[in-house]
Amino acid sequence: MTVREALNSALDEEMSADPKVFLMGEEVGEYQGAYKISKGLLDKYGPERVLDTPITEAGFTGIGVGAAYYGLRPIVEFMTFNFAMQAIDHIINSAAKSNYMSAGQMNVPIVFRGPNGAAAGVGAQHSHCYAAWYGSCPGLKVLTPYSSEDARGLLKAAIRDPDPVIFLENELLYGESFPVSAEALDSSFCLPIGKAKIEREGRDVTITAFSKMVGHSLKAAEILEKEGISAEVINLRSIRPLDRATINASVQKTNRLVTVEEGFPQHGVGAEICATIVEDSFGYLDAPVERIAGADVPMPYAANLERMAVPQVEDIVRAAKRVCHRSVPLAAAA
Amino acid sequence: MATAFSAAKFGTQFFPVGTRSHENPLFGHLKTPACSFLGSTRRLRFSSASKLNQINSHRRSVVVAVSDVVKEKKSKSTSNLFLLLFIPAHSIQLITKEEGLELYEDMILGRAFEDMCAQMYYRGKMFGFVHLYNGQEAVSTGFIKLLKKEDSVVSTYRDHVHALSKGVPARAVMSELFGKTTGCCRGQGGSMHMFSKEHNLLGGFAFIGEGIPVATGAAFTSKYRREVLKEADCDHVTLAFFGDGTCNNGQFFECLNMAALWKLPIVFVVENNLWAIGMSHLRATSDPQIYKKGPAFGMPGIHVNGMDVLKVRAVAQTAIARARSGEGPTLVECETYRFRGHSLADPDELRDPAEKAHYAARDPITALKKYLIENNLATEVELKAIDKKIEEVVEDAVEFADESPHPTRSQLLENVFADPKGFGIGPDGRYRCEDPKFTEGTAQV
Repeated sequence: MTVREALNSALDEEMSADPKVFLMGEEVGEYQGAYKISKGLLDKYGPERVLDTPITEAGFTGIGVGAAYYGLRPIVEFMTFNFAMQAIDHIINSAAKSNYMSAGQMNVPIVFRGPNGAAAGVGAQHSHCYAAWYGSCPGLKVLTPYSSEDARGLLKAAIRDPDPVIFLENELLYGESFPVSAEALDSSFCLPIGKAKIEREGRDVTITAFSKMVGHSLKAAEILEKEGISAEVINLRSIRPLDRATINASVQKTNRLVTVEEGFPQHGVGAEICATIVEDSFGYLDAPVERIAGADVPMPYAANLERMAVPQVEDIVRAAKRVCHRSVPLAAAA
Repeated sequence: MATAFSAAKFGTQFFPVGTRSHENPLFGHLKTPACSFLGSTRRLRFSSASKLNQINSHRRSVVVAVSDVVKEKKSKSTSNLFLLLFIPAHSIQLITKEEGLELYEDMILGRAFEDMCAQMYYRGKMFGFVHLYNGQEAVSTGFIKLLKKEDSVVSTYRDHVHALSKGVPARAVMSELFGKTTGCCRGQGGSMHMFSKEHNLLGGFAFIGEGIPVATGAAFTSKYRREVLKEADCDHVTLAFFGDGTCNNGQFFECLNMAALWKLPIVFVVENNLWAIGMSHLRATSDPQIYKKGPAFGMPGIHVNGMDVLKVRAVAQTAIARARSGEGPTLVECETYRFRGHSLADPDELRDPAEKAHYAARDPITALKKYLIENNLATEVELKAIDKKIEEVVEDAVEFADESPHPTRSQLLENVFADPKGFGIGPDGRYRCEDPKFTEGTAQV
């Protein structure tokens, strides 16, 4: 099943199960979704539940939050999360903080979803990764699915969740196909929010990643296997709340850590994971933590520059070798 | 209700508003303002306001300051709704005695409460940002007293009186301001973030313009419930209150567009008090007549004298009825004034004392009192009794708030998520919220 089909089926099932769930966003209806995620939903549920909005992110995000205050369960689709910056006031100030400010009276069962991070050749303003931005804000839950099973399970959990959830997808993963178990195809299938998945077990080094980087990490792990390094790959799945328990347990087993992310390095997800490990598992570390992140520059357009600005499989392999003291340390800057 | 005309007719009738207002002597002065008004509105407001007062004294029992557009259309429309407003017979009573006393009591409560807030702030019991509503009571009372409990109100940081008018007890609001655990938001919201699920007060937003999309969403829910969830009797209306400065903000226009597009049951109430902190409305806005922005988006725009609670109430009746019957949104501009500064930290040096004196003379409470007495709806004694009663309510609220406990330490981590599992999984592999030590001690999340 492709990730696109997984998301579509999750939306379909949740909308048919609960009439209070509705989808709104740009081009979600008649265009069948800017990335065809909401294909067929307009025909099935009608224009009152699949709303094509004007290009007014601040306005319609606020409308979604207002509807959520009053008992509906909106799913707000952003064409990309870059555009959500026009609405970030509502995401943070009206949605994330409301349950706290109202002392539990106004909970906001809303899901904000859309593609996040770099695509191919789309330039600086369309390639920003927001995992760290939303991950720092209390009151939000931030999910980053990788495979189709993740996409299905986490989206269903997000829609059923009574709190605001940021669902960061990845455009390049939409077309990728993954095997799914029969259990995942069941309509009540749900994954827990806040639990990471160990995609591949290993003994020598822990590699944490989320979204597209999980794929790169798995490929890197295959290469490392041939060189005698057994890597454990953790698919974070949930940026907030971060599954610190799983990461710590893994590092306590392998004693080495490489964090991989696509976003900018400073104040990124990797930085948070480093800090967590230092706080809880300092004594278990045999080497300093290696952080792989995107280059600290706005995303360039030229294809070769873009390749250099985003972590590649070779970068992960090199970092894993460095942390296992198998190669001469190079400067960490990209 | 408003069944005499269809929504389409109503919509198109308001389009040529731009041309009409210039010909009307009421607004003639506003057409070509002189440059020297920059920074002071005295010249402008004086002239137009005095005209209004003259007309007021001649036709006291009839609402006048509805936009001239509505007056023009009255002759063409056969609507019962507008007939009610324009029958010139002096014998028609606009309100009954009970209604009059209710309005008076609500406005006195607003005023006394805000005055007490100022006192408490300077005594150090209240802190942070406090924005008071003195002078604008007619707008809150005029609109909110017409609502049902299920209707909702969305406000800005100047929300104490909106909360009180909607029915939140004075004790709960005062405790919230003191930061005590018995406040309407358990002390976690504060002056600018008043929420009450029971009374459908959806906040309390600090950013201007932030409440408008939220209000539009609440109105959307009302329509969704009726049409998709098939709750046939759901005709809840939402009121969004905001100021003149907000009318230049992008979110305002986005919501005017979507509300008119989807015919949402909402009334956009502009409390135009001419000043956004120290920025005069005329210095900030290309076209200062805010009500004209309504027809640009396909909804009626009405201007009303916001210092007269009866006029506000009459316009509110029209607008709320329109929304309730499914005909769509209305933009109502209430010309009002705040007697105090923007907030209690504002020294209020930029406003012309003559302007302040001019509006102080049009105090809505004094005006209503005069009306009630002159029309034999109430006696001095009855009104004094209400004054005394409210004084006691406010003092009781202060006492209650004083004696209420501060929030406990464990309250710090509560209510971040509705689903407490949002704090994730602890080192022992179980959800943190299941750990009894979770909200004790330092927030080691």
